[in-house]
Amino acid sequence: MAKATDLHVRIHQTKGIRIEAAFSCRAGEFLAVVGPSGGGKTTLLRMIAGLAKPESGEIRCGNDVWFDDKKHLNVSPQARHIGFVPQHFGLFPKLSALGNIIAALDHLPKAERMPRALAMLEKVNLHGLTDRLPSELSGGQKQRVALARALAREPRALLLDEPFSAVDRETRERLYLELARLKSELNIPVIMVTHDLNEALLLADSMLLISQGQMLQHGAPQQVFARPRTEAVARQMGLRNIFDAHVVAQDEQKGVTWLKFGEKLIASDSLPEVAIGQRVRWVIPNQGIRFNSIASGRLCRSFNILNIRIDNLLTLGESVRLEATVLGGKERLNAEIPLHLARKLALCPGMETEVALKSEELHLLEMIKA
Amino acid sequence: MDWQALWLSGKLALVTVLILLPLSILAARLLAYRQFRGKSLIEALIMVPLVLPPTVVGYYLLVSFGSQSVLGVWLRDTFGIELVFHFSGLVLASVLVNIPFAIQPIQRAFEAIPMDVRDAAACCGMSRFKILTRIELPMIWPGLVTALVLTFSHVLGEFGVVLMMGGNISGETKTISIAIYDSVQAFDFDSAGAMSLILLLFAISALALTTSLSRRMGGSHGQSH
Repeated sequence: MAKATDLHVRIHQTKGIRIEAAFSCRAGEFLAVVGPSGGGKTTLLRMIAGLAKPESGEIRCGNDVWFDDKKHLNVSPQARHIGFVPQHFGLFPKLSALGNIIAALDHLPKAERMPRALAMLEKVNLHGLTDRLPSELSGGQKQRVALARALAREPRALLLDEPFSAVDRETRERLYLELARLKSELNIPVIMVTHDLNEALLLADSMLLISQGQMLQHGAPQQVFARPRTEAVARQMGLRNIFDAHVVAQDEQKGVTWLKFGEKLIASDSLPEVAIGQRVRWVIPNQGIRFNSIASGRLCRSFNILNIRIDNLLTLGESVRLEATVLGGKERLNAEIPLHLARKLALCPGMETEVALKSEELHLLEMIKA
Repeated sequence: MDWQALWLSGKLALVTVLILLPLSILAARLLAYRQFRGKSLIEALIMVPLVLPPTVVGYYLLVSFGSQSVLGVWLRDTFGIELVFHFSGLVLASVLVNIPFAIQPIQRAFEAIPMDVRDAAACCGMSRFKILTRIELPMIWPGLVTALVLTFSHVLGEFGVVLMMGGNISGETKTISIAIYDSVQAFDFDSAGAMSLILLLFAISALALTTSLSRRMGGSHGQSH
């Protein structure tokens, strides 16, 4: 196996798809680059692989510089020794599964290629399908061949472009498990591009959120989800309960910031740098909204209670999506609760009720200066 | 039946194909994959022989390479090459006139190769030559055969450009199309009919083959995902 090294990327691109990114991925780290389609994720990955040339910046794997515009250096994809799994797998259609893997082993002596390719197919549970052409393989099998081919080269980094987008749901679930297992065995930087937040939350050690080529936030997936830095990040993470408030006070001893939300006073268990009287935006994820605690008397903080009127209820499988108006204001609250709970609380449109917001989940967003 | 003319046409078509095909593979690959300034102009120039009457192409070649022209004199004095009214002149004319027939099908075939496949090949460490020979050529062969068949059959049918550049010299520049014309002029309709039938049958077979290959090319690329 090649020496384990970290990957450092700094890219600046203004023409065509605009990309502004600077991040590192450690050896053994699984980094998910998440963002909407057409946001420059694939271009970023192709630049790391050497398949596209950035305008400026630096791409480095350990001490080996792969791209440096100042030194006019741009190492070819062949010489970067990268494992790359394209979105549609990029299997060579005229070569068998085994042939596809052998094609990636030109760097080995001829005698070693076949045993290595067979071992790789065995590793991805495809040992019985060696002679099949890609057109004779299912989506999941193609994906495994592509992964085996990428890993057969003992790459210095593994790049996965939307690896689960071209397979059905059942196959995807199985592949999640296989990739999670494989991940623990790899001691190289792994970068996966995806538009699916769940995939990042399931598999990645860290997450890089990008939109229109701009890096929005980089951190552990749970951290980014729970503590989005800006409103743009919060919206991209699918958080819909984002509101205005004014800072009333900050209690440094208890680590609480008090906010005036409409006529209500609410608390956030955080101490961001804000001024008293300042207008702020705050967000609460779904798990921070409690319905049953009121009935059972287990409120997180009795002062974070909102009176709401339910406008709409939509049952989606085993959960209910709820839209409500905060009484005394115009703000709309969205929540998703389990169906059994909605039934237990007899929630129905037009009903007025109370919800509690968990102060530890109530997060203040950074205000971007215009 | 002028067997010598048929043989000459076959030889001309073969030599044209042998010269054009390797050059077309390189040109078509470049045009299919690369974006560069002046690409549209080059593509338009490649298509010119399709819309320009062959006699006009022949006329310009005659003027350019004639014994009185600067280029013609230079070629004769430097290399001892005389193109006009010689087989080599016919080859040059055929190559130029058939550029679109050779490049177009191959370019379309290259364009049909998914970018994922090319990306994966480069990341597998394969050199450009290996990518071409091991991955791309097996994928574009229907386009390659189409180009070969179209060029070959088009050369067999060339008349205007051949007459302008080569004239009608038996064994040197008299191709089958010119022989048919000659036969009709001499009221030898049996010979003209036999030679025309050969060209007709060849044309039908060539079209059937290229149509089937085009369909095959679409199908095989569709399965590659």
